[in-house]
This record gives sequence, C-alpha cells and structure tokens, in this order.
Amino acid sequence: MDRFVYLTFDGLSRGAVYAAFALALVLIWRAARIVNFAQGAMAVAAVYVGYSVTEKTGSYWLGFAASLVFGLLLGIAVEKAVMRFVDHSSPLNGVVVALGLVLIVQGVLGILYGNEYRPVETPFRRDAFEVGGVALLSRYDVFVFAAVGAVVVALTVLFTRTPVGLRMRAAAFAPDVSRLLGVPVGGMLTLGWALAAAVGSLAGMLVVPTELGLHPTAMDVVFVSAFTAAVVGGLDSPIGAVTGGLIVGLLLSYVSGYLGATVAPMAVLLLLVVVLLGRPGGLFSSSKARLA
Amino acid sequence: MTGVLQKSPTRSGQTLARRRRRVPPLVPIILGALLVLALTYVLPPFRNYQLATVGAYFTVTAGLTVLTGLNGQLSLGHGALMATGAYTFALAQNRWLSMPLSVLAAILTTTLAGVVIGLAAARLRGPYLAGLTLAVAVVVPSVTSTFDETFNSDMGLSVALDPPPGVVPMEQWQAWLCWAGALVTAFLLATLVRGRFGRDLRAVRDDETAARLAGVHVARTQVIAFVVSAACAGLAGVLFAFLAQSVSPGAFPLTLSLFLVMAIVIGGLGRLVGALLGAVLLVALPALAQTASERSGSQHLEGNLALVIFGVVLVVVMLAAPGGLASIHTNFRRKR
Amino acid sequence: MKAAGLDEPYQKRTPLLEVEDLTAGYGAAPVLHDVRLTVRPGEIVAVLGANGAGKTTLLRTLSGLVRADHGRIAFDGEELRGVRVEQMVRRGIAHVPEGRGVVTELTVDENLRLGGLWRRDRADAARALSEVYDLFPALAQRRASAGHQLSGGERQMLALGRALIGRPRLLLLDEPSLGLAPMVTAQILALLRDLRERTGLAVLLVEQNVRSALSVADEGVVLSLGRVVTRNSAADLRDDAALRHAYLGF
Repeated sequence: MDRFVYLTFDGLSRGAVYAAFALALVLIWRAARIVNFAQGAMAVAAVYVGYSVTEKTGSYWLGFAASLVFGLLLGIAVEKAVMRFVDHSSPLNGVVVALGLVLIVQGVLGILYGNEYRPVETPFRRDAFEVGGVALLSRYDVFVFAAVGAVVVALTVLFTRTPVGLRMRAAAFAPDVSRLLGVPVGGMLTLGWALAAAVGSLAGMLVVPTELGLHPTAMDVVFVSAFTAAVVGGLDSPIGAVTGGLIVGLLLSYVSGYLGATVAPMAVLLLLVVVLLGRPGGLFSSSKARLA
Repeated sequence: MTGVLQKSPTRSGQTLARRRRRVPPLVPIILGALLVLALTYVLPPFRNYQLATVGAYFTVTAGLTVLTGLNGQLSLGHGALMATGAYTFALAQNRWLSMPLSVLAAILTTTLAGVVIGLAAARLRGPYLAGLTLAVAVVVPSVTSTFDETFNSDMGLSVALDPPPGVVPMEQWQAWLCWAGALVTAFLLATLVRGRFGRDLRAVRDDETAARLAGVHVARTQVIAFVVSAACAGLAGVLFAFLAQSVSPGAFPLTLSLFLVMAIVIGGLGRLVGALLGAVLLVALPALAQTASERSGSQHLEGNLALVIFGVVLVVVMLAAPGGLASIHTNFRRKR
Repeated sequence: MKAAGLDEPYQKRTPLLEVEDLTAGYGAAPVLHDVRLTVRPGEIVAVLGANGAGKTTLLRTLSGLVRADHGRIAFDGEELRGVRVEQMVRRGIAHVPEGRGVVTELTVDENLRLGGLWRRDRADAARALSEVYDLFPALAQRRASAGHQLSGGERQMLALGRALIGRPRLLLLDEPSLGLAPMVTAQILALLRDLRERTGLAVLLVEQNVRSALSVADEGVVLSLGRVVTRNSAADLRDDAALRHAYLGF
C-alpha cells in the first residue's frame, strides 16, 4: 500500500510534465492544425541553452529563465521561417517538415555539445518526504506541480479572460472571419507557436533531470508519452491534454514500479494503440474518425 | 508529345501500356545486376562495402516509397521493422546457421509485424498514423532491454555467418547478396504496382471516397501496402545484420526511420528510381560529411553534420515544392 | 441622430465606394470582368444575379480576401487594393460573409466583443456592444451560449450586430436571407433601412432573393457571368420584366 501511494505521487509528478508537454502540442494543433513533431527536439535545444547559462553563471534560475526565453524565440523563428510556408493540402507536409527540423536541431546540438549524456542538476532535492512513515513526494515534485500548475492557470486566464486570448482562439477557429474583424491572424499564429515552444521548454527543463540526462535525443521518449497524452485527451482539448498527461504519468509509474522500468515504454505504446483504435476522438470527445 | 498525351487521355494510356510491354521491368533489373556485378570487380573493398550498403538501403526505401508515395501512408516506424528483421535473422542464424532459413524467418516475422501495424494504420490518418509509427520506432529498441536474456540489451548480438564461397572477398560477397536482395525486391515491387494493385494504391491515396465508390477495398489495399513494405524493411534489416555481422538497438535509432523518409522524399516520392537515388544519398552524404569533419578535425561534426545536411535538404525540398508531397509525386507523373 | 451630409438626397452625395474596371478571381481564370459600381453614403445597393455570377467573389475582392487582378477600388477617395484584410475594419468597412461567419466555438458575447477588439476607443466599443444588445434582445438573452447553439436567425443577428460594433460606414452583406424564415428576413432588411436612416450606413447587399432585396434597396446591380449587365434604380429593375426574366428568374 505504501508503495502504491508513493507510485501514485510519483506518477502524478511525471504526469504533470507530460501534461505540460501535451498542452504545448495541443496549443499548436489548435492554432495551426500541425502536430509539431519537432517539439521534443526544440525543447531539448532550450534545455541545452539553460544548461549552458547555468554552467556559466552558477545560477539554476538564470538558466531556467534563459531556457524559457530561448524556447519562446525558437518557437517564433520556427513559425516565421519554416512552418508558415508549409503547404496545408496534406497533413503529412507539416509532419515531414517537422521531422526535418528534428534532424537539424539534433545535428546542431550534437555539433555544439557532443553526443554524451550530461548529468543535470535539479534546484531542489529529489528524495521524498515521509508523512507517517510513508514516502510521498519530494521537494522537486512540489516544484514540478507548482510550475505546471502555474502554466495551466496562466494559459487558462490568457485564453478565457484576455483580449489576446480571444483573438487567438478566434484566429484558430475561423481565420478568414477573424481577419475581417481586424485580428492579425498571422501574428496570433506566431504567438501560439512561441507560447507552445516556451511551455515545451519548461516541460523539458522539468523532465530532463529526472531521466538519463541531457542528450540531443533526450526528449524522444518523452515526446511519445506526451503525444499519447494529447491523443488520450483528444488533440483539440487543453483540459484533455492535462488529464491525458496525468493518466500517462500514472500508467508509467505503476508499470515501472510493479513490472520494471524497461516495460514502461511498451505500456505507453499499448495505451496509444488502444486509444487510437478504441476511442478515435480521445477519451473526452465524440468525433468519429481520425481524419485529420 | 506531352500536348498530344494531354489531349487524348485514352490514347496516352494505350501508348504508356504499349511502352511498358516493350520494356518489362526485368530489363532494367538485369542491366542493374550486370552493372553491380561489374562494379564489384573493379571497386576497392571499402567501396564495395558502401555499394552493398546502398543495396540494403534501397531494399527498404523501395518498399517505403510504395507505401508513402503511392499509397499516402507515412510510416516513421520502418527503422523498427528493420530491427525486427535483423534480430530475427540474428537469432535464427545463431541457432541454425542456414541463411535461406534465417532470411525466410526474418521476412515472415516482419510481415507479421507489418500485418499488426498495418491493421491499425488502415484506421488512422495523417499525424495520427505518423505518431503511432513514431512511437513504434522509439519503443521497439527498448524491447531489447526488457528481454535482455534473448536480445542481450544494448550490447546486441553477433551474427554467425558462413564464410564467402571460394576466394570471393567478404565485401564483394556482401555487395552481391545485398544487391540480389535489393533487385529481387525492386522487381517484385515494380511488377506489383504496375497492375491493378498499383492503380488501387494510387486511387486510395488520391481520394478514399472516390476509390471506395469505384469498388476499391480501401482498408485491404492499405493493409497490403503496409505489409508489403514491412516485408521489404525486414529483408533490409537482414541485409544490415549481414553487413555489420552483428545487431544492436543502437543500429536502428529513430533517426534511421527519419533518414528513410527523407531519402524517399528527396528522391521523388512513389518511384523506384527515387528510392534508389535516396539510398545512394543515404550512403554518400554521411561519407562526404565524414570527410569534411575529418578535415576540420572536429569530433563533434562526425555524424552530426550529416544530420544537419539531411534536415536542411528535407525542409528546403518540402518548402520549395508547391503543394509539398503531392507535387513531388505529381511532377513525377507528368515527367513520366 | 443623423450623420452629416445626409440631408440631401443620396444621389447627390459624394460616392463612398467607387469600383472601376475591377477584374478578379482565383488563379488564372478571372471570375469578375471590368465590374463598375458606386455606393453613396446612406445608400443600399443590391447585387443581383444567378448562382455563379460572381456576387460573393465581388464582396470578397472588395474586402481583400480575393486579390484583384486590375481595376480600381476607391473607398472615401483612397485606393483599397493592396490594403490588408485586417485593416478593412479600421477603414470603416464591415464584411458579413456568406454563411454569416459566426465563430461557432465562441459564445455570443465573445463573438460580439471580437468585433470591437480592434477599436482604440474602448468606451465607445463598450457603448456599441450594449447598443447591439438593445437592438437584438434575443442575443442579450443568449449571451453565454456558444455560436453553434444559435438558430439561423440568431446567427444572422449576431453577425450583423458584430459588424455594427465597429461602427462601419460601409457594410458588405452576403446573402443574409439564406436559410431564414421570410419573417426573419423581413426583420433584418427593415433593420438595414432603419440603420441607414439613423447612421448613414451604406450597404452593398448580395441577395439570391431578388424580390426582398429590391424591396429594400435604392439601386440594383445585375451581374451575369462576372460582368455588370445593368445598373439601375431598384424601382426600375422591379418593373423591367424582360430583364427579370433574363437574369433574375422571376
């Protein structure tokens, strides 16, 4: 029972990170109808930048901030320089271009930093406090919850309470009508990419220290988990992405805890297959086909 | 000439058919085999090894271009299918030491894996299919750690092989076998896509509803396409294991799957010549990048430079082609 | 309140919109050929014609959604060609597109606020919002409903109300009667007359329903295969039996 409680908190903590990353995927999907397969690579690039800044200055928080800012700028650059010009007649076009970006980012990172795993420090201790003799969660887990919670609240407020959020939603749902009402649709799209990339960078900063370490391909597995989370929630739904993230996190934690860590990736694959074939619109929607 | 063709579609169809009958796919295949055979006698061992690698890559890109180019299904999981073939081959070979048996076992296993993924794929479209196959590509290598007694984890397995017959040098022998596999695959694929099945593939790619109304069994066509291309990937995996004389998860990373997609897109989707061109690029570009990085003396460039070049070329090709992937294969049809 | 310069009859006012030799379309084949028309402040001009005559393309070209190949579009004396779509509202042009363009995922209130987001004068935007709610009490009751929950008539009111929040000088209105009950159509057309009386709003109205369009319009422009075949007063068009048979089908 103690172990179950521990694994549950551990799973929620992992899940929070997947939720953030899935949220980033959903942001871009809603705005541009592109699943950003380069999200993982972009996040790793931002983490490398944060890592470098931390190494130079000795401050984790400067590195943390640098990573988010770099993520934001990378999102803008990717949208303005590449994604804007992708032809939308087939959804595969965006996918293939994103894959090209993955190769570029991973290659550049390898050239700049080499292909060794680098250990990354966490700002807080990762050993769990005990409550009544049961290990619950660590200071780092608390930090993860706080950071992801802040992002979710901030995005919710942005989208539902501010004029910019209203413009962004309108631009995503009805671009032509929005332009007729004076909404700069292209700018809103760029903003969406920037926000998504920054959220992805945050997820990267949070998850990389808990995995093998920093490496150009460090986010590949995380991307698969987050994509699964987004699909579980239905690609269109931010709430679904958060819920899906928590579900995937719990699944990974229980499977790793009871069956062994190497089985976990297969469990995610299985979940993805089951959801894709069983609930074509995600667990929270009613649409019928995955005709994206 | 093209003007005439456009004005009378029926006659142009007849012309094409007649031309096809005149040049059966056997002729370019035999010419290719002779060319490869001749080359293996003049090339130094290392070049023969590269030639063999081109053959192995061509085996998988040929199958992938049929799937993605002719049928419109994007698979990012073909690297994992190659790993499946390679591991099956290694295990079978180490037990029985009989090449034909091991190759057969490998192709059968991969075909089976292709059926499973293909059945799922037939129900998925666009980014969902890409995401699922990406997950396969990322997750499958981790299987080697789960069942480490069989697969020996990250260390991989060595492959027991008979020595080449007679006095044939190893590299030449490798080139022969790889190209035998590649050309047989190309011949079978060319034959397959010429007939009714090829028409069905294109019909499903261009408009599923219209294809269904015209009596094409859409799901079945898609599953068969996936299975065929999976079998090709399995054979390519065998050839990779044969070339390296070992298998390990590190030989089949996600980037391999991405490279394969890049190769067929750059080569020109949906045609075997494009797949061949892509396979040549997959060997030539890293070799050039390697030379460049050795000259610059930077260790970090090794491997990574090729990654960057591939990525840039892929993005540029996609953005430059109006309509993206679609125009890459339409252009081809016009040229033909 | 009457807008300035509206005391004289509209025929004598300086034109608000002047279109000359406008050719436009999608890709290589133009849909519109050498279209000419004029809209004066406070005037309602109906664009009539069969399906495929180019009526919707004309409105889309005026608001910049379709690029004009050549010709002149002068609004208040300034060239509109090359002005970005996003800027049209700022110039005083509101386009209610075919199918009404309600953002169905947003609520009624969000749709209406969207119409005023571009305005610097926040106070007046808020005032305009409450005026629209006064004008359409049905919308006020459904403030929090999502666009997809509205009836056809409510959607038309919403689209029209949203356009009015920008306090436009020219309204491009595409098929307002589409799919609406005759009663509702009559209400909306009456509203147009009322608006032009009170605010001097000029309207370019595209309609399939020729009778109701001519009942409210001052002038009519008949398009056929992308060309203007007749420009005349609405009354004359109503009486011209030959023309009605040839182009308007009644």
